[in-house]
Amino acid sequence: MTALRDMYNDGLVSVVQNVGYPNQDYSHFRSTDIWMSGADSDQYLETGWAGRYLQSQHPLYPDGYPNPDNPDPLAIQIGPVVSLALMGTTVPVGMGIADPTAFYQFVNDIPEPAPNTPYGQELEFIRLVTQQAQVYYDTVKNAAENGQNLGQYPAQNRLAEQLRIVAQLISGGLKTPIYIVELGGFDTHSEQVDGTFGNAEGAHAYLLKMVSDAIGAFQNDLKLLGVDDRVAGMTFSEFGRTIGSNASIGTDHGAAAPLFVFGKEVIPGIIGDNPVIPSTPLVSYDVDMQHDFRSIYASALKDWFGIANPESILGQTFPILPIFKAGQSGTQVIHKPDVMDVGNYPNPFHGATTFTFTSEGGYVVISLLDMGGRVLQTVAEGSYPSGTHRVTYNRSDLRPGNYFYQVKVNGSTVTKMLVVI
Amino acid sequence: MGDFKLSRRRFIKKMAKGASVKIEHLAPLPAEALAKAGALNSEALAKEGALPAEALANASALTTEFTLQGGLDPYQGPWTKAEAAHLLRRTTFGLKQAHLEQMLALGNAAAAVDAVLNVPATPPPPPVNNYDNPAAPYFDPNVPSGQTWVNAAYDVEAEGYRIESWRGWWLNRMIEGEANIQEKMTLFWHNHFATKTEAIFSGKTVYNHNKMLRAHALGNFKAFVKAVTLDPLMLYFLNGYLNNVASPDENYSRELQELFTVGKESANTYSEDDVVVAARILTGWTLNPQTLETIFVQQLHDVGIKVFSPFYNNTILQGSNNGEADLDALLNMIFQKDEVSLFICREIYRFFVYYKIDADVETNVIEPLAQVFRDNNYEIAPVMRALLLSEHFFDAVNKGCQIKTPLDLTVGVLRNYNLSLPSPTLYDQYFIRLSINFFCGGLQMLPGDPPNVAGWPAYRQSPNFYRVWISNDTIRNRNILTDVMAFQGVDVGTEKLIINHIAFAAQFSDPSDPNALIDDMLALLYPMPISVLKKTFLKSILLSGQFSDHYWTDAWNAYINNPGDPMAYQTVLFRLASLHKYVMNLAEYQLI
Repeated sequence: MTALRDMYNDGLVSVVQNVGYPNQDYSHFRSTDIWMSGADSDQYLETGWAGRYLQSQHPLYPDGYPNPDNPDPLAIQIGPVVSLALMGTTVPVGMGIADPTAFYQFVNDIPEPAPNTPYGQELEFIRLVTQQAQVYYDTVKNAAENGQNLGQYPAQNRLAEQLRIVAQLISGGLKTPIYIVELGGFDTHSEQVDGTFGNAEGAHAYLLKMVSDAIGAFQNDLKLLGVDDRVAGMTFSEFGRTIGSNASIGTDHGAAAPLFVFGKEVIPGIIGDNPVIPSTPLVSYDVDMQHDFRSIYASALKDWFGIANPESILGQTFPILPIFKAGQSGTQVIHKPDVMDVGNYPNPFHGATTFTFTSEGGYVVISLLDMGGRVLQTVAEGSYPSGTHRVTYNRSDLRPGNYFYQVKVNGSTVTKMLVVI
Repeated sequence: MGDFKLSRRRFIKKMAKGASVKIEHLAPLPAEALAKAGALNSEALAKEGALPAEALANASALTTEFTLQGGLDPYQGPWTKAEAAHLLRRTTFGLKQAHLEQMLALGNAAAAVDAVLNVPATPPPPPVNNYDNPAAPYFDPNVPSGQTWVNAAYDVEAEGYRIESWRGWWLNRMIEGEANIQEKMTLFWHNHFATKTEAIFSGKTVYNHNKMLRAHALGNFKAFVKAVTLDPLMLYFLNGYLNNVASPDENYSRELQELFTVGKESANTYSEDDVVVAARILTGWTLNPQTLETIFVQQLHDVGIKVFSPFYNNTILQGSNNGEADLDALLNMIFQKDEVSLFICREIYRFFVYYKIDADVETNVIEPLAQVFRDNNYEIAPVMRALLLSEHFFDAVNKGCQIKTPLDLTVGVLRNYNLSLPSPTLYDQYFIRLSINFFCGGLQMLPGDPPNVAGWPAYRQSPNFYRVWISNDTIRNRNILTDVMAFQGVDVGTEKLIINHIAFAAQFSDPSDPNALIDDMLALLYPMPISVLKKTFLKSILLSGQFSDHYWTDAWNAYINNPGDPMAYQTVLFRLASLHKYVMNLAEYQLI
């Protein structure tokens, strides 16, 4: 991921560690829906988080759209279909564009009301898509014709081609605030790595390289086009992967993964802790979630889109993370994670050691794990007030070797290694 | 496997190239043809003041609110074109006039539903080598042209062609299917037990998988699940073949429960531990690397005790050396749960009736249907019969509310107009089938390759469901397809695939009467009646803006009396083609 690394070194990338949601649902479909809609793990939402944001700004949409104040699509997904993320109250608040230069003249229908039946409702839907397609096609085609790309994009990169179209449309003057692009193939239950050439090669490495190269080319193009101060990007995936390799040199669905936010207006750096990975993890060993994905949505809504109360879109309050520069100048409180400053002393130890942690208060579980990630013992459990706490642990019967301990406060977990001598 | 993959990529690339040539071939119509057809538009007509007042009044009468009638009680109402057409629209890939008359002649719903469920017992003849290409050139060294390849040895160079040959074979089955549910039921199960051809690069394996789906499509669901579990394509696709006692792979175990049997639609469902435990039971089934056939390797099988969650009543299954007995025990446990019958009946409902399942539908349709399923020991045919024969199925509210899938549309155009795919040479046959399949893929539905193991999102993604088929991009391509079929046609070797407009009109009761012609045509092409206003406009296309019916009658009779007269022929042809284009461009044509 050299392109993204270079961007990081240039101060254009914010990495948020261990992003997921509580009670991970390991189903692809459900987890995708959760990420797209911004729902809790056991909550079913029929609108998308971006769709709700756009609908809040355009309550009447699709009635009367496009109009002179809003001539452009409110959101564009590059490709023929529109995902749940853009779903508004009744229809998707956006359109799919596979080829912005394609054009078609639809026939005129006789305007008449459809019956109020399921048939009539589907009929109305198709008519509406057709009418809006006609009007928006003209706009998008104009933007594509007026727009251009100044940077080079890597060949044979499905994501780069989509981002190239986005840059072209932005440079062509389209004022669409949200674009969605997509790259599949990450469900690498098998052949995630190349067994011959080691773990830095194979399907997963190849996909990450595509992501990195595509984002690097896109950012460079935006800079050359002079629009890089108006564009920020965010990556997401429905879940991470487990850490240990299964028999198919692949991995299964995991609870958390890092997420990248990039652009000239992000605060560069890394938010959150490095996950601690056992040297010989079990197949099922999973990275713990530290940040709820909706914290990033909330941060984007507040500090990028300028929504004063992101909870009106997300339904709940989530901590705002220091991702966007715009957030720094305001009066907002930078969120403190639920647990921090985790440590133990002495380490290595024999007999007894003392764990320390600082939290904003909440239900705390401290556990001891073996190198495979199995919980061996619960060291302490209970409600702790805000502040720094110490828990002394006395186990002289532990066999010498490497262990992990986990400090879990509310939804956040920090895992660290300890050594018994 | 490395070789497979490289070669497959190369193949796909090759195919994509070929396909893009062909898809460009399905380019928009010549501008003049479009302009001419578009010139007949509603504003022009409105300006002429041709719209009678009662037509306008009728239009608003269409807003009457319908209420849902009936549950699973058998439909006792009149057996008319509307009911017969509805049954066929939902159980085949496009209504044909001959099939409509056939169903109508059966006289009642019960006889018609029995006919639809009466599928041929013998499997269809297998696909053949139609991909040998003298021009490319490619020749399958092991299979003579025109002979079936399904028993041939694995050949990495041939497998890509064989897979496309199979896909085309299946497409053609849908196009040529008789008035029964066989092809739609097969697609239903393909969507339910979704697999991808690219999972395993072997034509024989995907063909045999499809054959297995067909064999069980109306049979016993429990036996079906067992067959799917041990099917080589599924074993490969969901990594079952790598699932072993030392390193269990939970992929198939999860989908077996989440997507194939109990579902995950309510909070009361299997646990994550159940996924892990069931995966252990499924260990030991793998593939013979030479034949790609399923084998059981006892050393890979977990014989330990498996303990399930309270959802499965804390069932304890003692493992054994007999993998099949262990699998049976697992399925017996799963099929104890009523969730299986409820979940499958909801899937059937969403596929054959409508996507919305509210509390009334759940109580009055799904629950009794699930009861039928259980009472019949999980036989599928009685469930389909109960649903298709129900008052609920024939209720006016449930007619016309499905958005055509890309296959319904693409195959449907051909069937509506009684077209078969031309095949002047075997390779032409291969190529036109391939082109249509790839066009369908562009509309987001490539048979054989749903996006993932959950099948196509139209059947599960709330709240949009069927609507995911329709975007500004796909609606345009849907229109382009029907435009091309109406006007330009597609060259297939020395022949052309194009609607035969005159033959289509000539099959109706009185094609010389524009009113009868439009009524007959719309009964076939649209799922619900349209307003007098709209019909009047459609007629104006036949009349070229004149207001008297005899203009069309005269033109039609002039042609019938002298079919060799090019002028008379052109006059009728252009008007019919314009009418058909327009009819297929309206939203009504996207619904069944």
